[in-house]
Amino acid sequence: MNNPYLPWEAEVVERVQESASIVTLRIRFTDPAIRRRYRFDVGQFNMVYLYGVGEIPVSIVSDPQDEQLLDHIVRAIGRVTRALVTLKQGDRLGIRGPYGRGWPLHEAVGKDVVLITGGLGCAPVMSVINFIVKRREHFGKLTILQGVKHANDLIWRTQYERWAMLPNTQVLLAADVAGPQWQYLVGKATILLDRAVLDATNSIAMMCGPEIMMQACVTELLQRGFNPESLWLSMERNMQCAVKHCGHCQYGPHFVCQNGPVFQYPEIDELFGHKGF
Amino acid sequence: MTRGTLLNLPHAALGSLLAVLRQQGYNCIGPVVRDGAIVYRRVHHVSDLPYGWHDEQMPGTYRLERSNSPRAFSWAVGPEALKPLNFASGETLWRAERNHEGQIQFEETLPAAQPTAVIGVRACDLAALQLQDQHFLDGPYRDPYYAARREQLFLVAVHCTHPADTCFCASTGDGPQAEYGFDIEMYESEAGFLVAPGSAAGEAIVGELQLSKSNDSQRAIAEEEVRQAARKQTRTLPSQNLRDKLLASLDHPHWQEVAKRCLSCGNCSSVCPTCFCHTEHDNPALDGRTTEHVREWSSCFTAEHGDISGKPIRVQTHLRYRQWLTHKLGSWHDQYGRSGCVGCGRCITWCPVGIDITKEAAAIYEAQLS
Amino acid sequence: MNTEMVKPRIAVHKFSSCDGCQLAFLNAGPALLELAELTDIVYFAEAGSLEREVEIDIAFVEGSISTPQDLTRIKAIRENSAYLITIGACATTGGLQGLRNLYASNTRDWTGAIYARPEFIETLDESQPVSSHVKVDLELWGCPVSTQQIMTALRALLFGVTPGDDRDKICMECKRRHNVCVLITKAAPCMGPVTRTGCGAICPAYGRDCYACYGPAENINAEALATCFEGLGLLPQDIARRFHFINCNAPNFKQAGTIWRNKS
Repeated sequence: MNNPYLPWEAEVVERVQESASIVTLRIRFTDPAIRRRYRFDVGQFNMVYLYGVGEIPVSIVSDPQDEQLLDHIVRAIGRVTRALVTLKQGDRLGIRGPYGRGWPLHEAVGKDVVLITGGLGCAPVMSVINFIVKRREHFGKLTILQGVKHANDLIWRTQYERWAMLPNTQVLLAADVAGPQWQYLVGKATILLDRAVLDATNSIAMMCGPEIMMQACVTELLQRGFNPESLWLSMERNMQCAVKHCGHCQYGPHFVCQNGPVFQYPEIDELFGHKGF
Repeated sequence: MTRGTLLNLPHAALGSLLAVLRQQGYNCIGPVVRDGAIVYRRVHHVSDLPYGWHDEQMPGTYRLERSNSPRAFSWAVGPEALKPLNFASGETLWRAERNHEGQIQFEETLPAAQPTAVIGVRACDLAALQLQDQHFLDGPYRDPYYAARREQLFLVAVHCTHPADTCFCASTGDGPQAEYGFDIEMYESEAGFLVAPGSAAGEAIVGELQLSKSNDSQRAIAEEEVRQAARKQTRTLPSQNLRDKLLASLDHPHWQEVAKRCLSCGNCSSVCPTCFCHTEHDNPALDGRTTEHVREWSSCFTAEHGDISGKPIRVQTHLRYRQWLTHKLGSWHDQYGRSGCVGCGRCITWCPVGIDITKEAAAIYEAQLS
Repeated sequence: MNTEMVKPRIAVHKFSSCDGCQLAFLNAGPALLELAELTDIVYFAEAGSLEREVEIDIAFVEGSISTPQDLTRIKAIRENSAYLITIGACATTGGLQGLRNLYASNTRDWTGAIYARPEFIETLDESQPVSSHVKVDLELWGCPVSTQQIMTALRALLFGVTPGDDRDKICMECKRRHNVCVLITKAAPCMGPVTRTGCGAICPAYGRDCYACYGPAENINAEALATCFEGLGLLPQDIARRFHFINCNAPNFKQAGTIWRNKS
């Protein structure tokens, strides 16, 4: 039987507290046969089921070639996530997936890669950074731009510092509100673009975060001569089934769970920025 | 299957059709009068059918009246027909059980569907069925719950001769003549029915009845009556494809104008035979040892529909109505190659404040032209 | 399972009310026995459990705040309770007795009209929801609330999760039940399009119009529904009474009713 609605049992192998409200759950299927069979692309997501409560979509941030564990970064923000972050090692949950279309990494090979994230919505882009850093030689210049509201919101600070040391890599961080120890930029995410040295003709940009931020970045990048086809955005909508049936995630003609969550800008430019879709 | 000769089935012999269907193991469902409306329920005997009943429908109003007509199918569609038979309004998708060690076992709960024959299906509802089939069956993930029930359906169409004031199937190209998707088609007249099979399964049933052939003039009269039903319809949509017009009018003031009247109650989407949105949640037992994962009909008129981590993206009514209309008449074209409206008029009749999809679409369409 | 809470201590309190919502516990049948297994019921006057002054995890509160004594008591309960749930229209919006907030000119007049010796009556000027005086963690609407609402909320808390809050209109549930709409077929002034779900659409299932005992749903358009009722032939004062009823002090019902009362 092939029932797309039925989760598989999985267990939490490790729990990493990333910040007060963010936890990485390292998960594996309890059935070894499913573990062997399961494959995903960078940028895809799973439906994570908390027993007796419900399912939510969570993007997979581990490396697709790591066959042991599936990493999910969860931020305590809603009903389900606030309980998910309290799971401990050995706790069981349900997983089904992977779903959706991930990041265009094949297209990015040989090109400069610009990765822009805003706010705390950085999980989907973390998977790309991790992927590229591991295969650094296949890509051109890597530019990582991360904007946060408060300086305190920046997690993985040491990771960013490590990435900044890599060859041919620029890392720029900005906070709307700087704290006492903040040695980076102050302002919106677009201020990062002002400081970045980008080759519009041979770059691919991938972004994730609040839509208003992505909108500002798209405008700026287009002005700087980026081809609309070279801009990729990760969209977030309500998802309940992840198999294109429940209708919640519709974004105009698209079902974000299937046609997205990653979109090429011209695919969504008709509605992008319109409140209510 | 090409259309064969029409056969004569006198009114008095309709019972034999039901008898054959039952003999072949079908549970028979058909129109009955219940709570002031014509709805589809189990039919035990032909006398359960709404002989002589007619409906009077207007925006926000539905009334039944009775005459001496010998016909059982002189009415336009009621609040629901095929949708709930395939896409259940609420059902358990799977159960989970958690033991003392915390291990979870999942078990799917597929419906045990019975062969079901539906008598008196209308063209608009067959068109809607095709759209629901596309949505639930043809995508990358086939919905096993919908499929289990859909595979058991046997459909007897009766061409519509009594459109309501709210009907506009002629304008969407979906009726009143049923063109596809049935196992048997029937024309109703004062004298009885003209019958033809539309599938191999239909042929097997009709073959059992040993009916006499009708003549050409009988067919001509029957077909003319259906054509007249098309001409009686007064409502129309401005075009069969409003996609670009609607998407170019997202900031039109008319959305706000509709929102003044709209209750955002979701009744239009519940009665719509093509609307497919549903929500999922868990129903755990009080002791917590077992839980059921259920789904039920939802609507883009709820806050829940556009909720992202506790923040709804469509708080105001005009955004919800715009989502519904631009999907139904707009982005549906991108998704399924045609409009999502089959002209059944249910959303007009069953809207408590009588909002009329044809008028609202026209208001936006015309303003856009000028 | 190790994530399960230790047996939480629960209490069921009563203020100005008819006791009907407490029946959601007493009528729970076998679920009541299970509840007794899963929790420690430390205070429940109607069921005979009277340990009042202890710290508890979940307090269920029935009834509105309408006397000075109520006021003192609800503050004490709040202090002793980690999580406070109002059950029913009285506790959540002030209830049917809240009509006096809208229709009685002053306390002296109405107590005098009802009681032979009004000087013995001690009352606040208004019948108020619990949330007017203390923080409420969850509101369960309805007159009365159902066993299922209470058990669903309790189960979520036992799982360590915030209980869900379904604020959809009852029309959604009514259509799922395949009820034929009484407003459309009978011109009945059904409050369904402005009323919060939770009852299972009982009234329309028996052919009668909803009278909004579950209070307002999210994003209601009371004015449009009132105008629709006017079209059905209701007089302004009758329209006002549709809103000024069990949940008359819910802000948007209060406002809608007052608009139509002023038209009459």
